[in-house]
Amino acid sequence: MNTGNSNSPLGAGGYSNTKATLALAKASFRSIIRSPSAVVFTLAFPLIFILVFGFLGGGGTHIDVGITPGSDMKNPVIGMLEKTGMIRLVKNKSKTDYDKLLEKGNVDAMIDVHRKVNSVAYSVNVVYTSASMDKGNILKSVLNNLFYDKNLKPSVAEIKESTVQGREYKTIDFILPGQLGFSLLSTGVFGTAFVFLSLRQTLVIKRFFATPVKRSSIVIGEGIARIGFALIGALFIILIGHFFFEFTLVHGALTVVNMLILATLGVIVFMGFGFIISGVAKNESMVPPISNIVTLPQFLLSGTFFSIEAFPTWLQPISRALPLTYLNDAMRKVAFEGMGLWDVKFQIMILLLWGIGIYAVAVKVFKWE
Amino acid sequence: METKKAIISVTNLVKKYDDFVAVQGLSFEVYENEIFGLLGPNGAGKTTTLEIIETLREKTSGEIIVDGFSVDKHAQSIKKIIGVQLQAAGYYPNLNLIELLELFAGLYGADVKPMEMLEKVNLQDKAKAKYKALSGGQKQRFSIATTLINQPKIIFLDEPTTGLDPQARRNLWDLITEIRDAGTTVVITTHYMDEAEQLCDRVAFVERGQIIALDTPDNLIDKLVNSGFERKKEVKKANLEDVFINLTGKEWRE
Repeated sequence: MNTGNSNSPLGAGGYSNTKATLALAKASFRSIIRSPSAVVFTLAFPLIFILVFGFLGGGGTHIDVGITPGSDMKNPVIGMLEKTGMIRLVKNKSKTDYDKLLEKGNVDAMIDVHRKVNSVAYSVNVVYTSASMDKGNILKSVLNNLFYDKNLKPSVAEIKESTVQGREYKTIDFILPGQLGFSLLSTGVFGTAFVFLSLRQTLVIKRFFATPVKRSSIVIGEGIARIGFALIGALFIILIGHFFFEFTLVHGALTVVNMLILATLGVIVFMGFGFIISGVAKNESMVPPISNIVTLPQFLLSGTFFSIEAFPTWLQPISRALPLTYLNDAMRKVAFEGMGLWDVKFQIMILLLWGIGIYAVAVKVFKWE
Repeated sequence: METKKAIISVTNLVKKYDDFVAVQGLSFEVYENEIFGLLGPNGAGKTTTLEIIETLREKTSGEIIVDGFSVDKHAQSIKKIIGVQLQAAGYYPNLNLIELLELFAGLYGADVKPMEMLEKVNLQDKAKAKYKALSGGQKQRFSIATTLINQPKIIFLDEPTTGLDPQARRNLWDLITEIRDAGTTVVITTHYMDEAEQLCDRVAFVERGQIIALDTPDNLIDKLVNSGFERKKEVKKANLEDVFINLTGKEWRE
């Protein structure tokens, strides 16, 4: 043993908190990538869902048809359309809103019905979008059937059709951001909860406290590792989606960077849930049930698989209260609509509010030993 | 007896929990470069006392000075000059021994070569093994390696030989003696009196949060003998553990 300890410990060299934090981050990162559950939740699950939906395509078909403002509502055509069940009418939006929806393929077609001048017959004007050509074609055949319907025929004179150019909105463009959000949620919640609970229970943290390391270094080191891992996972999911399933990245690399910034914010917020759970749970077997209480509702209700507009109206306010909803929303806007981060400031603000609330609770319930 | 310099001095240490007093007015000194044993039954307050000195636990009252630093004001300075082995502490999951030592080097801000640390405790063959895969004796030796990373002036070992087989125990005694001989002060707790007798320069008996005896093992035994104590059974020149070691050999088993 050499005699380097004759120096005062307060003396030269000094103690580096950064070095300690980075050592912890490195250790934690190594530990995460070797932990099967982290890899499964962050990468395997989301990729499986993406694969399934990527190959499955459309899923349950319904066609969203917007009604052009000013259209005659008391006509038999729209009434018949409503009865077919397959068609959902999107009413009472402004012209500009409809144009945007149509361009993105969120509305599959617009319909405008007018009574012909000096006639009892109606003129039906349909605008399709290239963003949703397959659904447009379904609507076309539905309309043709209606046109030849015996009861209706006398009153409908003509169907005029046209198509606007839009960006094609593929299933993957909806599914991938949702899966990404889910991946970030599970990494943040499960990972953080398990790690801090097990470090506490196996006295690893106590042993750390016998070294000069600061508590903040322990939290930040763990955070760096988890965020790093989550971002690598996110990048992996985005790239697989982009190159194998033609996931739309409007501004290419810039869009990816924006998505990763959102991912970072999301994971930090979700880690707060993890801190709370690690404090509340008495032992490791309590972690999964409590974590599921946090993740499952968000998984189902935050627009991971289905647009929240498809939910019953009484459920929608719940959806709109969950943080993952806003992360998913912001991700989709950034990825598919090419918005910048400033354009999704509302979603970011809600996430930040959640973050503040969660960490306020976490500080109260988190236990070191 | 030559005068020795105290590196730890504990004065009137009291630790109260809600409804009971774990430590009630402990005072003792640990001298530089000795192996000091804290002995006593479970629940006597040994671990609590150690953890307060190690700055891991708050005391209720009393004064503790470690190498000139007070636990109240300079806990951070104390952490830098001590090495701590906790009873039953685990290590960061999924890391091998080299990686764990790198982590501790970072935590202590020490510049060490992990392999050299492993050589000190004779674990170089296990460099890539996980802590969980080690045998009891190896685990304890690894724990001791982590206490040596910052070249501490004092190391604290809380029941390091509990649960080990006789060979592993003796092997650990050799290691602890080497560490003392290299200039480090060692504070150890144990339930094995033969171990304390062999290993410790001085021992303190703790009972119900108080020190009831403190001296060298030799003096304590002499005192008892002089008081007229006699063993019920005549002492033979060897004991059963000697038989065990003689039959199974001194080699280290894993």
